[in-house]
Amino acid sequence: MNDTSTLKPGHIQGETGIWEMVIGLEIHAQISSKSKLFSGASASFGSEANRNVSLVDAAMPGMLPVINEFCVEQAVKTGLALNAKINNVSVFDRKNYFYADLPQGYQISQFTKPIVGEGEIIVDLDNGEQTTIGIERLHLEQDAGKSLHDQHPTKSYIDLNRTGVALMEIVSKPDIRSPQEAGAYVKKIRSILRYIGACDGNMEEGSLRADCNVSVRKSGEEFGTRCEIKNLNSIRFIIQAIQSEAERQVDILEQGGTIDQETRLFDTSTGETRSMRSKEDAHDYRYFPDPDLLPLEFTESWVQDIKEKLPELPDSLKKRLVKDFGITSYDASILVEEKDYVDFYQQAANGRDGKLTANWMITELFGALKKDNLSFSESPITTENLGELISLISNGTISGKIAKEVFSEMMKSKKSPSEIVKEKGLEQVSDNSEILKLIDQVILDNQDKVNEYLSGKDKLFGFFVGQVMKLSQGKANPGVVNKLLKEKLK
Amino acid sequence: MSELLDLNLVEASEALKNKKISSLELTKAYLKSIGDTSSLGAYLEIVENKAINMAKESDKKLIDGTARPLEGIPIGIKDMFCTKDIKTTASSKILENFIPTYESTVTQNLWNDGAVILGKLSCDEFAMGSSNETAAKGNVINPWLKNKKMSPGGSSGGSAAAVAARSALAATGTDTGGSIRQPAAFCGITGLKPTYGRCSRWGIVAFSSSLDQAGPLTRTVSDAALMLNSMAGYDQKDSTSANLKMPDLMDYLDKGIKGKKIGIPKEYTQDGISEDIVNFYEKSIDWLKDEGAEIIPVSLPHTKYALPAYYIIAPAEASSNLARYDGVRYGARHEASSLDEMYELTRGNGFGDEVKRRIMIGTYVLSSGYYDAYYLKAQKVRRLIKEDFENVYKKVDYILTPSTPTTSFELGKKQDPLTMYLNDVFTVPASLAGLPGISLPVGLDKSGLPIGIQLIANSFDEPGLISIARVLEMCAGFNFIADGAAK
Repeated sequence: MNDTSTLKPGHIQGETGIWEMVIGLEIHAQISSKSKLFSGASASFGSEANRNVSLVDAAMPGMLPVINEFCVEQAVKTGLALNAKINNVSVFDRKNYFYADLPQGYQISQFTKPIVGEGEIIVDLDNGEQTTIGIERLHLEQDAGKSLHDQHPTKSYIDLNRTGVALMEIVSKPDIRSPQEAGAYVKKIRSILRYIGACDGNMEEGSLRADCNVSVRKSGEEFGTRCEIKNLNSIRFIIQAIQSEAERQVDILEQGGTIDQETRLFDTSTGETRSMRSKEDAHDYRYFPDPDLLPLEFTESWVQDIKEKLPELPDSLKKRLVKDFGITSYDASILVEEKDYVDFYQQAANGRDGKLTANWMITELFGALKKDNLSFSESPITTENLGELISLISNGTISGKIAKEVFSEMMKSKKSPSEIVKEKGLEQVSDNSEILKLIDQVILDNQDKVNEYLSGKDKLFGFFVGQVMKLSQGKANPGVVNKLLKEKLK
Repeated sequence: MSELLDLNLVEASEALKNKKISSLELTKAYLKSIGDTSSLGAYLEIVENKAINMAKESDKKLIDGTARPLEGIPIGIKDMFCTKDIKTTASSKILENFIPTYESTVTQNLWNDGAVILGKLSCDEFAMGSSNETAAKGNVINPWLKNKKMSPGGSSGGSAAAVAARSALAATGTDTGGSIRQPAAFCGITGLKPTYGRCSRWGIVAFSSSLDQAGPLTRTVSDAALMLNSMAGYDQKDSTSANLKMPDLMDYLDKGIKGKKIGIPKEYTQDGISEDIVNFYEKSIDWLKDEGAEIIPVSLPHTKYALPAYYIIAPAEASSNLARYDGVRYGARHEASSLDEMYELTRGNGFGDEVKRRIMIGTYVLSSGYYDAYYLKAQKVRRLIKEDFENVYKKVDYILTPSTPTTSFELGKKQDPLTMYLNDVFTVPASLAGLPGISLPVGLDKSGLPIGIQLIANSFDEPGLISIARVLEMCAGFNFIADGAAK
């Protein structure tokens, strides 16, 4: 076996050579809508079973679907945010299959004429690089209900609260080449959805889930046979499932086997995928246009209105942050990942040193939150207080070192930095005469080193700075110390 | 009592408003005639107490001068309409104990206008059939030549039989491929299928969503106009409902037809059509000509493909619409040890043969590999048929055809499904094109069975359709009463 540590992500070293992964994702995003896609029932999460079920959702005889305009608008908004083609005419189709939690006996979806066509997004990778992933389409569809098989020894229970909830299915092109890219893609989609408010992106509650299509091939060859891993609800699982599925396929191919096109499930306890149903068992969904619904048609000007109301999106915001605040593109990409981050940052950095603010936010704040296991919204440090801290550093009230001390106190007490500085007497000493006193003391105590320095041992300069700072208990302004020391030791 | 039954809807309405009769006595007369004609089997459910209460309410309004357009008129409702707190089965075993908690828009419109419900009327199971023989509780008997046990037609067989037998002053029906017009023709009454989108489908058990349309079955054209006035209207709950206001059809009864152009399609006089019907068809043409209409021969070249296309599209939609009857939430359930077995037993026992046949045909034509050859092609044919009509309506105002190729047949005689399907050959094209059509009785054949003639108007021209139908009705002067009708 070769050393695999030098392999690129998404590559697998086999006996016969290096294999490459080909990945396409179908993301199901629940639209942040109060009511369902075709009924007035509530779409809220966590209600008691079968509380949010209308006559339409329960598919009572003679009930008819009526499209929720708000959901259509969200889909168009999302399409525009994905730089995709908006189809001014689209059609709802019925996808027919029997299951106990599918009351109509069909799901209303869009098959041949989706509301949104091809588009593309730029994805930021961990190594700071970017890649473009194509979007194949986005369509609207209803969610199914939930079957509960563990409530009774012989019976299954059905909860129809989710039945009919509006979903957008966002289908990528098979442009993704590694599990990490897949993760970054989902992150980016989630971020865009949150920016525009079309979906809350909450993967734990199932508002965002993904089906992953995975195949492997030798570089330059045609696509291999793919398997679909259903219903992954965290980015970590997406990465794990793709890696393990690709490795499984490589093992089979290297042993001379072939891949069966099938639907698989990811077992989170074993970290492996297992077969759910083969292609032979696949349903014939008998799609046909839903005669209860007219085609969705909208005018160019309606789409234009939505476009004009779109908020600034991560990519453009990122460029603006680099330009306006002088921060690196990498830092900017971290800050724009979540709308909350970027709002926090912009307020904290407003009128202050943008680079310094970015550093403090990304390194110190994110680090501290992670250490304390807090989410960003639970941060004890407000944007005002971080901004104030940056100001105290910039205007020389405190040194960077003291600032760290103040920061950890802020995390603990939620107090403002100026309050903490005052209480603990941590103001930086920038007064020349006071610092000169300290310098004189250091020179007096280290006469031998002074001589060595004066005879050419330049490196000792740092030693003197350190001694002065130490003597000031870290409060001396390092800039002033530097300047005065240089003059003194000429 | 019999004088009460002699009144048609418009006359009864007049008598009620002039306080010559009360709704209670009228309603009681009809409840009695339901009992007297019960051997016909038109009613699946009679709601006597509700009828009496509604009649009393109507009488109050008639007295205090707040009467609505159909105040106090006792009517029957086809069992395809969901009626709140009243069993609604679509004549199927699978819904044998289904009691809706909601009221269909069309029936609600009728109650809002003061109509009184007598009960629910039998029909072919899920409105699939042309003889009323597919009803789970058995066929309805046509009141004409009662002892010979003739078919009332279908699927609105119970509705047509009840109106002809005078056990309802009027009835609602649904028409997917002829289910109002064909039974109206067989039972010697008037049946009107409005333009697709005129009446809301909300709360009507769906058979074929792109074709289903509610309409009235009545004794006269003016009765139909009065009924449709109340039934029709835009409904936000039905996305295919037309947001168009229909003018008061009663204003169009006496407009005449001078100068109107009537198209006679050559494709509608095919082999197999009965001689008596051809005779009355020709008579009808002459009557209209005498009344000042211009008769113009036209061609609807794709007519012969209408029936095959219909028997692909309607079953395709039905196969999907009927998937909800799965025993999980309501209706009959056959307990079993697995979900699939429960489905099989529930649906196997719950549906009758004709419904199963259409579900299978529909499933087949939508299956991958067959979709293009059947469903898609049928949709193309449907478009061509629509275009045929559009072209003809550039030249003429109305089209006149026979309603059916034959008059009623004996129950149990037409067992072959294909022969049965041919019953709808003249009604299906207008259904596929979504056009309004009316069938009215113009005479009796040699054996004494009613003959129906159909008029087809352009989309949303119900007012014009009423005008011309009224002229034809007066020319024909059909005033026979079925021998099996209540006396």
